[in-house]
Amino acid sequence: MIPELGQFALILALVLAGAQAFFGIFGAARNDLRWQAVVRPAVAGQFVLVSTAIGVMVHAFVTFDFSVLYVASNSNSALPTFYRVAALWGAHEGSLLLWAWILAAWTLAVAIASRNLPVSFASRVMGVLGFVSFGFLLFTVATSNPFERIFPVPADGRDLNPVLQDPALAIHPPMLYMGYVGFSVAFAFACAAMLEGKLDQVWARWTRPWTTMAWSFLSVGIALGSWWAYYELGWGGYWFWDPVENASFMPWLVGTALIHSLAATEKRGVFKSWTLLLAILAFSLSLLGTFLVRSGVLTSVHSFAADPTRGLFILGFLIIVIGGALALYAWRAPLLKSPAGFEGTAREAFLLYNNVFLVSAAAMVFVGTLAPLIADALKITPLSVGSPYFDKLFPMLMLPLGALVAIGIHAAWKRGQLGNHRRRILAGFGVAVVFGLTLVYAVYGRGKMLTPLGMVLGIWIIISSLFDPIDRLRRRLTLPRAVLGMTLAHIGLGVGIIAISTVESYSVERDAAIAPGETLALGRYAYRFDSIKPVEGPNYDGVRAEVTVLRDGEPVALLHPEQRNYWVQRSTLTEAGIASGWNMDLFVALSKEVGGGRWSVRAQLRPLIDWVWLSAAFMALGGVLAVSDRRYRVRAVAAEPAVAQGSAAEAT
Amino acid sequence: MTPRQQRMATVAGILVGVSAAAWLGFQAFKANVMLYYDPSDLAVKMPPPGERFRLGGMVEKGSVEKTSGTLDIQFLVTDFKHTVPVKYSGILPDLFREGQGVVAHGRMKSGTFVADEILAKHDEKYMPPQVAESLKKNPPPPNISAPYESGGT
Repeated sequence: MIPELGQFALILALVLAGAQAFFGIFGAARNDLRWQAVVRPAVAGQFVLVSTAIGVMVHAFVTFDFSVLYVASNSNSALPTFYRVAALWGAHEGSLLLWAWILAAWTLAVAIASRNLPVSFASRVMGVLGFVSFGFLLFTVATSNPFERIFPVPADGRDLNPVLQDPALAIHPPMLYMGYVGFSVAFAFACAAMLEGKLDQVWARWTRPWTTMAWSFLSVGIALGSWWAYYELGWGGYWFWDPVENASFMPWLVGTALIHSLAATEKRGVFKSWTLLLAILAFSLSLLGTFLVRSGVLTSVHSFAADPTRGLFILGFLIIVIGGALALYAWRAPLLKSPAGFEGTAREAFLLYNNVFLVSAAAMVFVGTLAPLIADALKITPLSVGSPYFDKLFPMLMLPLGALVAIGIHAAWKRGQLGNHRRRILAGFGVAVVFGLTLVYAVYGRGKMLTPLGMVLGIWIIISSLFDPIDRLRRRLTLPRAVLGMTLAHIGLGVGIIAISTVESYSVERDAAIAPGETLALGRYAYRFDSIKPVEGPNYDGVRAEVTVLRDGEPVALLHPEQRNYWVQRSTLTEAGIASGWNMDLFVALSKEVGGGRWSVRAQLRPLIDWVWLSAAFMALGGVLAVSDRRYRVRAVAAEPAVAQGSAAEAT
Repeated sequence: MTPRQQRMATVAGILVGVSAAAWLGFQAFKANVMLYYDPSDLAVKMPPPGERFRLGGMVEKGSVEKTSGTLDIQFLVTDFKHTVPVKYSGILPDLFREGQGVVAHGRMKSGTFVADEILAKHDEKYMPPQVAESLKKNPPPPNISAPYESGGT
């Protein structure tokens, strides 16, 4: 009985989403306040109903209600409680439910925060969000009912896919969805602005915190997924240019471009139509990501549905949303005029360069990710694009961008006045060259060609970002959180570039077959295979090795890689043994026995790899700090006073 | 320069930059596209010598030969019409099994496919779409158990 309540709640939520879309968009168009008054209650009601549905699902999981097909497929009586809750988004139907719920939550937040916005604008925003929600709920109810029953009721469930039984992965999808769905708010703001036919700097100020927040969540989500792949898939490495990774990376790249172009739109009123286009693009790529990952087009651990009707539905939805938004854009964007006039070295110009590189990178990833699918759809010969394509092109786009960041941070609005900061730029560069080259040639030794470049750029970006905040502190000026957040995020970028340059160049990796008692040499380190013992967990058994890592003959770490057999799905899983240090990860993965008492193992040294994920954390934290800045909490609808011309002190 | 000339110069610069980027991108793309072959394709036409490509099919039952105590392994990849011997040295994905689908990256060397990567996909129901396609073209004899249906839950 209870599961049917969940389904009923979803159907009611669908109706409310329809009402929200209709009365929001047409109420604003007719300027009918009574129609528009329906919107907020509909948002609240929808949130309550979708929450009910989620609650029902969690209840079914926690109480082992295997009469629900989804629970029976993704849970098991031996599954620990934490993963029984996380199993909610362990497969297709539940993921959609989570998507819908997060959208309802974002919309509720918009409904609460938009009470001081003009009524018609707020209604349009919520109307567009209602439309998106309607599409997703319809998809869920019509093709992917999570509450479907199974008869006869199985005695036990088929268990959650073992690779998903992991804390980082349990929170990876919610974070990712917070990002994806969060871009729907930016999208809705863009559509509302186009429907109003009016876009000013105040609009950009409203849109910025939402976009930055979504971007921060997406950063965390991607980093968690990458971290998980590193220690759980068992083969080391943090990024494989796998289609599902790319699917989440494209909206991130465009979202990064968007938050920068929004800054220019807010401060200087420029790039209006470009900003709109990016907002549409970021959400479209989020939808595309969902489509690619969930439709079964990409067959991998992420794709749950092989049902073509689902794929077609999402594709249709994608076409309506993107096509509709682009049509609206074609119709309305020409109305928007951006005051021209800034120099090639002004901050606006640097933000533009930033956008060119980020969008090119997104396009590059797009081509590499979708070419195999397109070749497949057109029945041309099956092909795949190897990771060297990405490995080669991505640095070519990111390294110039890094240099532009290091210089552009100093540029003032309207007129760059970089000449005033020549000393800062040169000093920063000089220090970076000295530090970077010392690090490369004296500490790590010669690596790949791009390594010194990346190292110098990363350090230069960090130094460049520090000038302005230090200057403010010295002159006893206030240090707004927006500036602090921006600084932190840029430091994160610098740290990321340094970390990636290092790990790409100085990782040491060896696969070998060794027996207990034997030692595997790896540079200054040696991995000693001490023993191997059987191990048993709540829903698996396996073997667990003990590996001592020696540095110059002295033991420095004890690792316990495992090879697990999960009972229910009868799948084998490699659990890597990792010792993380501030400057290096010692990694070992245990694979199968290869005869003669030997086991195949993969041993790795990964310098600075943890800083790759930490850099994402810096960026996300920077985003959150910036969003919490006072100026976004200003309630007044009053128009913005003119921005002081060419003031470098203005925060971005 | 007049502002107009300046604008034209900017536009020209952007055009040059974009074309250069597109050309480089295209080159990188062309160099890294890997084509997919199944054993029957190889019987008809070999890829140019030294070219890295993807080989897909089923690991023939009873064909896996391991050199005890090392990471060296040899097996046959079959689409039930033709077979190709494969050599690999390294760690196998957890789901590598006889009688199951496999995709390997590597090159042909005197009649043997020397793999440098065996694809690790972490779902035992998973079958690389091209393998499924190949097997649809060349259905396995009925006495061999159906590999596994593609798709997931």
